[in-house]
Amino acid sequence: MTNSIDDIADEAKAFFIIGSNTTETHPVIGYRIRRAVKNGAKLIVADPRRIKIAEKADVFLQLKPGTNAALLQGMARVIIDEELYDAEFIKNRTEGFEEYAEKIRAIDLNEMADITGVPAEKITQAARIYAGSDPAAILYTMGITQHTSGTDNVLALAGLATLTGNMGKRGGGVNPLRGQNNVQGACDMGALPNVFPGYQPVSSPEANQKFSEAYGAKIPDKPGMPMTKMFKAALEDKIKGVYIMGENPVVSEPDICKIKDALEKLELVVVQDLFFTETADYADVVLPAASFAEKDGTFVNTERRIQRGRKAINPPGEARSDFEILCKLGLKLGLKGFEFKKPGEVMQEVAELSPKWKGITYERLEEGGICWPCPDENHPGTPILYEEKFLTGSGKAQFKPVDYKPPAETPDQDYPFILTTGRSLYHYHTGTMTRRSDGLSDLYNVEKALISKEDAERMGLNENDKVRLTSRRGEVEAEVKPVSDLKEGIVFMTFHFAETCANQLTNSELDPVANIPELKVCAINLEKV
Amino acid sequence: MMLKITINGLDIEVEKGITVFEAAEQAGIYIPPLCHHPDLPTFGGCRICMVDADGKIVTACRAPVKDGMIVKTDTEEVRKVRLTNVELILASHNKDCQGCSRNNSCRLQEVSAFVGINQDRMRKIRRSVEAVKPDDSNPFFHRDFTRCILCGICIRTCEEINGVAAIDFAFRGFHTRVSVLGDKPLKDSKCESCGECLVRCPTGALYLAKPALVEREVESVCTYCGVGCGVKIGVRGDRVIKVDGNRDNPVNRGDLCVKGRFGFDFINHPERLKKPKIKKDGIFVEATWDEALDFIADKMHDIKAKHGADALGAISSARCSNEENYLFQKIFRALGTNNVDHCARL
Repeated sequence: MTNSIDDIADEAKAFFIIGSNTTETHPVIGYRIRRAVKNGAKLIVADPRRIKIAEKADVFLQLKPGTNAALLQGMARVIIDEELYDAEFIKNRTEGFEEYAEKIRAIDLNEMADITGVPAEKITQAARIYAGSDPAAILYTMGITQHTSGTDNVLALAGLATLTGNMGKRGGGVNPLRGQNNVQGACDMGALPNVFPGYQPVSSPEANQKFSEAYGAKIPDKPGMPMTKMFKAALEDKIKGVYIMGENPVVSEPDICKIKDALEKLELVVVQDLFFTETADYADVVLPAASFAEKDGTFVNTERRIQRGRKAINPPGEARSDFEILCKLGLKLGLKGFEFKKPGEVMQEVAELSPKWKGITYERLEEGGICWPCPDENHPGTPILYEEKFLTGSGKAQFKPVDYKPPAETPDQDYPFILTTGRSLYHYHTGTMTRRSDGLSDLYNVEKALISKEDAERMGLNENDKVRLTSRRGEVEAEVKPVSDLKEGIVFMTFHFAETCANQLTNSELDPVANIPELKVCAINLEKV
Repeated sequence: MMLKITINGLDIEVEKGITVFEAAEQAGIYIPPLCHHPDLPTFGGCRICMVDADGKIVTACRAPVKDGMIVKTDTEEVRKVRLTNVELILASHNKDCQGCSRNNSCRLQEVSAFVGINQDRMRKIRRSVEAVKPDDSNPFFHRDFTRCILCGICIRTCEEINGVAAIDFAFRGFHTRVSVLGDKPLKDSKCESCGECLVRCPTGALYLAKPALVEREVESVCTYCGVGCGVKIGVRGDRVIKVDGNRDNPVNRGDLCVKGRFGFDFINHPERLKKPKIKKDGIFVEATWDEALDFIADKMHDIKAKHGADALGAISSARCSNEENYLFQKIFRALGTNNVDHCARL
């Protein structure tokens, strides 16, 4: 997030939630938004599904899956036509407005309405609310990013926020709500193929030299493979061994049949987890890890706040924390610099090598945590990014116009429905943890593929009827639930349930920049079993 | 703007706009509260916080302070009104305190003791408790209608804290109770099972399905989504038996969702992996840590020697700590590959 939860929840005059089922996937932020709306803040919600937060919306835009950029370009057109933008901000803090505006003026709002399935009046209304509320905060999640056009969608959102001067100020910003407890931290720590800890590019000669010296090895200056490509590479014999820590790709990755084939082909598969997951079946070695309650360490939340996690109990049996396992493995591999006694010592090394984390120590984290960047020990942290300047050469925000591109796969005669996937309030990811809760399972334990009432009626389907869902990649059987929250031709499933695994169907086509798969749109067929 | 008021003869300066209840609280003077909760808007329904303000009996939680106001919290009339109101609540309240989850931490007990309930008199005026079956449909917390005092805290919590507004008062008069639309079981309503109402219930009307009295608490961060709510992990023996929201945490200030508050069974689950295992001839066989790690290290060196370090792929975890993610990428980069990633895109 460019901003903090507090400043947007307390100070935004309007929220634009797009591609985020906030009350189910980030419930506590959902509470804050519902409270803010009750206290008078405006709310725009854009989603293919009439999600719960849409009930509170001033305007709800039920767009077709995969048409985010068209909707956002349409809004930009209205803002430029009606001169609702922040001219002073544009003049002082941005570059490239004229070219951007020219490109946006070439967009036909009615065409965007046709593409998205959202009437032009509603797009106009949303644009007026967003641009007319100062400040206004954008919140999004995977509904924006899990597309072959994911990067463009984010750029289009950033364009709107820049256009309206909603960057670098309280109550505004572009705020991706991160889905997992430490997805932000895993990125910050360089668990990415192209960057070292603190987003220092592996291709930067200075950074590469610094880390190569620190790690006592020559680290390649070419980015490595993202996970989405590793399994494809395994099928081509380019990858021979994978080490999987705390991840269950056999349920969570798109196009699972291929993932299974790849895992079977590998010479070495290590799975380190709390439970014997679906992926563990394919492992050569399974290592028992400790849960969050059984270890010390730090985690970064969606607002970049680094917080302390503390050990409450011992792990069961011989299970060990990932920290202990990795230190021991490093030494077994004959590597230098793995003689850590406790996680706090690792944090010292992170602070030494990563300027954004330089001021972080365990002692300083005792009081409520610190939002990075935190460049020195006296720095209070940075809850709001870009207050003074942007991270560009000139320090100014650059407008980047984008073009709407349709999803990689669109419905046709053989596969006439669009499947879009997401999460439920009651489960988390592949259910490794939540499905072992009797209570959560009591509340939700059988996947229901949601279909529109119109489709259900046309096909003679009733609630709990079993259907076979097929795509070009696989098939799965599940019960259906007809709902009024979906438009005709759209099907929704979660990916929590291995037995009705939606990712048998999903498309592994990637966004060319971010390498994120298009999990939110694929073409499927549906038939009664 | 500051106002001068007198409470029980003490001169107090308070800010304009606050209530008599809040003024007394600031001055350290106890006024018994039942339906009042600091997180929630005032309701003023229980009539226990009655005080004498400038000669009139008023509800302290609703009366704004006025300059020169003279407040008396313990006159004979105030005592009488409070006592009568508590007696009326107790008359139809389940009298089995020992069997109640909130025994010794119950607001009604605290208030009853303060106003001075006379047990002989209670025996005379106590009615039989209406036999309404508890709502035990929700797997995490149940509602015992015989212990509900209709303070409305749960209703206001659902509306103001969570925002889902799943419950409200239903029926009238003596039959009034808290219910969901259509008087269905809670589980079949739009309730999101967050348990915020349970946390704020002043009596044992809302209670945990599995009682959980903890020995110690450890401050940590929730392990589910990216909001990063502060939690207090409640431990008894070597088991996690409860998770509470940490009100001192700046992220959630105590709020939690259903997963964060109740979804901790996995920690002590019998299916947890407890020993390293190596697959031999298609069957997993238990191994020591040394055997398992030697096996992995040898194999990794072997792959690197034969095919280069880029034949290794490393999948880290968005659920592991920063330190663990750091060490993970360090291992593989030190081995000579940038094939390091995690589930950020899923």
